[in-house]
Amino acid sequence: MVEVARRTLALAGRHAAGEGVTVVPGEPASRISLRAPDASIAALSKALGVKLPQKPKASAASGSRMALWLGPDEWLIIDEDEADLAAALSRVRALHSAVDVSHRNLAIFVSGPNAEAVLNGGCPQDLSLEAFPVGACSRTVLGKAEIVLLRTDEQTFRVECWRSFSDYVFTFLSEAARDAA
Amino acid sequence: MSETYRLSSAGRLTPARTARFTFDGQSYSGLEGDTLASALLANGVHLVGRSFKYHRPRGILSAGAEEPNALVGIHRDAARKTPNVRATVQELYDGLTAVSQNRWPSLAFDVGEMNNIASPMFSAGFYYKTFMWPKAAWTKFYEPRIREAAGLGVAPDQPDPDRYGHCYAHCDVLVIGGGASGLAAALAAAETGCRVILADEQAQVGGALRFEAGARIDGQDGWAWAQEAAVKLATMDNVRLLTRTTAFGYYAQNMVGLVERVTEHVSAPDAAAPRERLWEVRARRVVLATGAIERHMVFADNDRPGIMLASAARAYLNHYGVAVGRNVGVYTATDSAYAAAIDLHKAGVKIAAIVDVRDAPAGPAVEEASALGIEVLVGCMVVRTGGRLRVSSIAVQPKSGGSTRVIPVDALLTSSGWTPAVHLFSQSRGKLAFDEATQRFLPGEYAQDAVSVGACNGTDDLASVIEEAVAAGEKAARESSGKKGKPVSIKAETSENWTGGMLGSIPGEDSNAKAFVDFQNDVTAKDIRLAVREGMRSIEHVKRFTTNGMATDQGKTSNMHGLAIAAETLGKPIPQVGLTTFRPPYTPVTFGALVGHARGALFEPTRRTAMHSWAESHGAVFEDVGQWKRAWYFPNPGEDMHAAVNRECKAVRTTAGIFDASTLGKIEVVGPDAAAFMELLYTNPWQKLEVGRCRYGVMLREDGFIYDDGVVGRLAPDRFHVTTTTGGAARVLNHMEDYLQTEFPDLKVWLTSISEQWAVIAVQGPKSREIIAPLVKGIDISDEAMPHMSVREGRICGVPTRLFRMSFSGERGFEINVPADYGLAVWEAVWAEGQKHDAVAYGTETMHVLRAEKGFIIVGQDTDGTVTPNDAGLDWAIGKKKSDFVGIRGLMRPDLTAKGRKQLVGLRTRDPKTVLEEGAQIVADPKQPVPMKMIGHVTSSYWSENCGHSIALALIADGRARMGERLFVPMPDKVIEVEVVSPIFFDEKGEHLHG
Repeated sequence: MVEVARRTLALAGRHAAGEGVTVVPGEPASRISLRAPDASIAALSKALGVKLPQKPKASAASGSRMALWLGPDEWLIIDEDEADLAAALSRVRALHSAVDVSHRNLAIFVSGPNAEAVLNGGCPQDLSLEAFPVGACSRTVLGKAEIVLLRTDEQTFRVECWRSFSDYVFTFLSEAARDAA
Repeated sequence: MSETYRLSSAGRLTPARTARFTFDGQSYSGLEGDTLASALLANGVHLVGRSFKYHRPRGILSAGAEEPNALVGIHRDAARKTPNVRATVQELYDGLTAVSQNRWPSLAFDVGEMNNIASPMFSAGFYYKTFMWPKAAWTKFYEPRIREAAGLGVAPDQPDPDRYGHCYAHCDVLVIGGGASGLAAALAAAETGCRVILADEQAQVGGALRFEAGARIDGQDGWAWAQEAAVKLATMDNVRLLTRTTAFGYYAQNMVGLVERVTEHVSAPDAAAPRERLWEVRARRVVLATGAIERHMVFADNDRPGIMLASAARAYLNHYGVAVGRNVGVYTATDSAYAAAIDLHKAGVKIAAIVDVRDAPAGPAVEEASALGIEVLVGCMVVRTGGRLRVSSIAVQPKSGGSTRVIPVDALLTSSGWTPAVHLFSQSRGKLAFDEATQRFLPGEYAQDAVSVGACNGTDDLASVIEEAVAAGEKAARESSGKKGKPVSIKAETSENWTGGMLGSIPGEDSNAKAFVDFQNDVTAKDIRLAVREGMRSIEHVKRFTTNGMATDQGKTSNMHGLAIAAETLGKPIPQVGLTTFRPPYTPVTFGALVGHARGALFEPTRRTAMHSWAESHGAVFEDVGQWKRAWYFPNPGEDMHAAVNRECKAVRTTAGIFDASTLGKIEVVGPDAAAFMELLYTNPWQKLEVGRCRYGVMLREDGFIYDDGVVGRLAPDRFHVTTTTGGAARVLNHMEDYLQTEFPDLKVWLTSISEQWAVIAVQGPKSREIIAPLVKGIDISDEAMPHMSVREGRICGVPTRLFRMSFSGERGFEINVPADYGLAVWEAVWAEGQKHDAVAYGTETMHVLRAEKGFIIVGQDTDGTVTPNDAGLDWAIGKKKSDFVGIRGLMRPDLTAKGRKQLVGLRTRDPKTVLEEGAQIVADPKQPVPMKMIGHVTSSYWSENCGHSIALALIADGRARMGERLFVPMPDKVIEVEVVSPIFFDEKGEHLHG
């Protein structure tokens, strides 16, 4: 008797732009917070089809799937096609912890020639291409919120934040976008 | 009024580009590129303010950021009124409105000038000595009156409507100061391709080249070279050139704060543009090229309007084309003032005389002045000045004594030499060293990766300055980025260079005269001598006693004079008396710039749950719980809070209530050692908890006191779903991580915050099962299959759920966890089902009342960090067979097991309608004398509609042994009698849990 509940995205309909920059919410994606010791990395990489990076600020991608290094034993796995990551990992015997955080996080894309400047409105990291090249990622802050930042191309950043912080983060980015010039 | 002091033959501004402005209501005309100060001077206006303490008429001392006198209010509209703006920094724009400050009723006639006549009363330390008694009068009477009389501008009384930008930036080389040295260093560093930021506080780069007419670099006039260099730098991709940008703070690890004034000079600012922008720059190397600041001469009545620094008069002439007077005197102890006299003379301004305290000044400038026929009085001093609202004369006397000659003047230029601007170097914790030969403090030992070049480093000759700067720029670039470029060659052909001068005042002067050292705080040479006589030995004490250098200008012109006078009075060399430390900000910074984006909605994140919009549209009143907005209660039309809460409480116990519990902290604990970890972090036993079952867990700190609590469900042998209090979510996870990483690193377990993964809908009440039954799939929710304190995974409304059977109300209850984006839809479905059973939506207030009726504690309300499980009646939650958990040893401390500890009990008021005040103190005998012995306090108190009387929880000494005892709650207006009862007020046997 019950139809499937509809999904309400926290930032539905939001859009912001400034000189040389647009800020738009991302589509739903599946996400896993993956924790594991070094010994499990090979098995987990195989199961996910993406090689888990082991260097700080590094990410790896394969098709719709990304693995972001967040700490020595921690990765954020994102699949933009909403593949069932938990199922992919459930067959792995190697020691690990996989926790579904698909709805905990959401994505905001900041793109354009001024994307870097907009993010530097609230993120204290050096985001120059030299220091933060394409594929670089980091758990960091934007103003008073924690974010995970991933540079997907020279002029595009994926900002991941927790659902209830998304209004703050989006508003912050919109405000910084006005000051991007 | 026309610009009668503007010279057509001098300056760099374009005569056709005029800008109108007003000062104290009077209209004037100036030119684009003027500062407010230069525009006022062009109109012959010198009187611009009243001094802080004595209300003495004051003029314009400088042409830059060091200005202590010319502080004005700039008014754009009712909300945009900026006080204490330095007229020498404020750029003119068409329509600018400026007002003078600290005067009443008018600038020319100020009642406050009485302070000047009564000034013998107001010597240094006057406030400390005078306003001692009665003590209470200081805050109520003296201080407000003193603040009213002694003051600066008035702060705006409306919210600031402007926006402020904020940027973090990184670079290899940050150059502070865009004079000759800064430009040379930046050009050299930029040539390597490394990332360079150059910040200069002026509208245009150039620094001292603005007034130094004699400098030539690379075959052209110094100023023109500087502008060309700026154009070159601005076109380089690796360079960010920031003008109108002040480096105000030098912090740890080469973090430098810059404030960029974006629209302060614009007539009609773009509404979208920020007024100012704060830059937080992390630089690998910092090149300090901050120049030097000219000092005034200290002599009697040296503060009259029209008396200014020689370099300032030169800047007004050579850059702005303004003559500061028509008959100008000069009083100096160094050559640099001669250059000002010569430039003015050549521009056709009469130089009344140059008074030089030196006995035998020599050198090209002195010779040129004499050759031009300017009268030079050597070995002489100015002993007083005439005039009230403007200087009208100077009295000159040989230092050796003799007759005094009065010379009429309409302006007086003074210079006692130059002080290297070492403020930022000092802020960086670098150690200053006193250079005996030149009598100045220079950068000594560096604490950070910085280098000083040019005048701030004591390098005087332009050719040497540029050579030093180029080398420093190249080296900084090489060391920070590893990059090398082609060698940069910049050649200074001619230069002006000044050393020498004097510090302090001339011995033998009239010691009663007002010879100002610090103009902004009205500190005289006499005040500093008095401070020493009264026992101040350290410059730190002299400074605080006299307030010398403590005004917003931070003593840029006064510190060295004050130090020299103190040293002379003490009979000690200057380095032994010491120099006070410079602190940020170098010049005042607006609060707006520091706040940046963090205002309004961005002041602090406001967190809303997935169901917030539903609660909003159903009339919920919200309360703030940390950063969260939580629905507090849902009033029906016409209901007040009391009525709404009574109705909600009743409904939950008779039908059902639906509650948004999403904000509870949630942590997924996963790994083969998950149960072992839980055993260590919570007092309860977990190893034997079956999969699918839940337990109420209590977490202690090491000291044995309750830290947090919550229901924990076991989803799998190696997976727990832990809930925490809303406020505890972040710190509980940190606490757990802390122990995991430092105490139990061998455990194979990981912690992940899932607070926001799951939206939580609590359905509580006798009808709760009927309400959710049609929506749930794949879970048998019968009492037999899913008893109280169990958890199941399945689907609800077609989406995954972690369904908990649990209760914080004492009724049969479920907590539906669904992925957050489905929260709203599932809530709406539950609500629709609930309507069929007369269910209500309820908020946090009802949740609080219901749990208090059951005697369930709220950590942080019924506990305060000094409550043990036993105190709270939670001994049952401690695993008796456990040998270890965080807090187990703390619980054994004698104090924690002693008799007489406060224990959680219930209270009933004798009058059932009386609701106690939370926090109220409890006594055994209300007739005892004050101070009474307090034996406990009320922690929670409500009206309970379900019980028909008020209920309260309290922590009372030996409370559980006092059941039935009468105690008293003294209030300001009455004493309330209470009876100690069990903390469980409703359904003591817990039958409601099972429907």
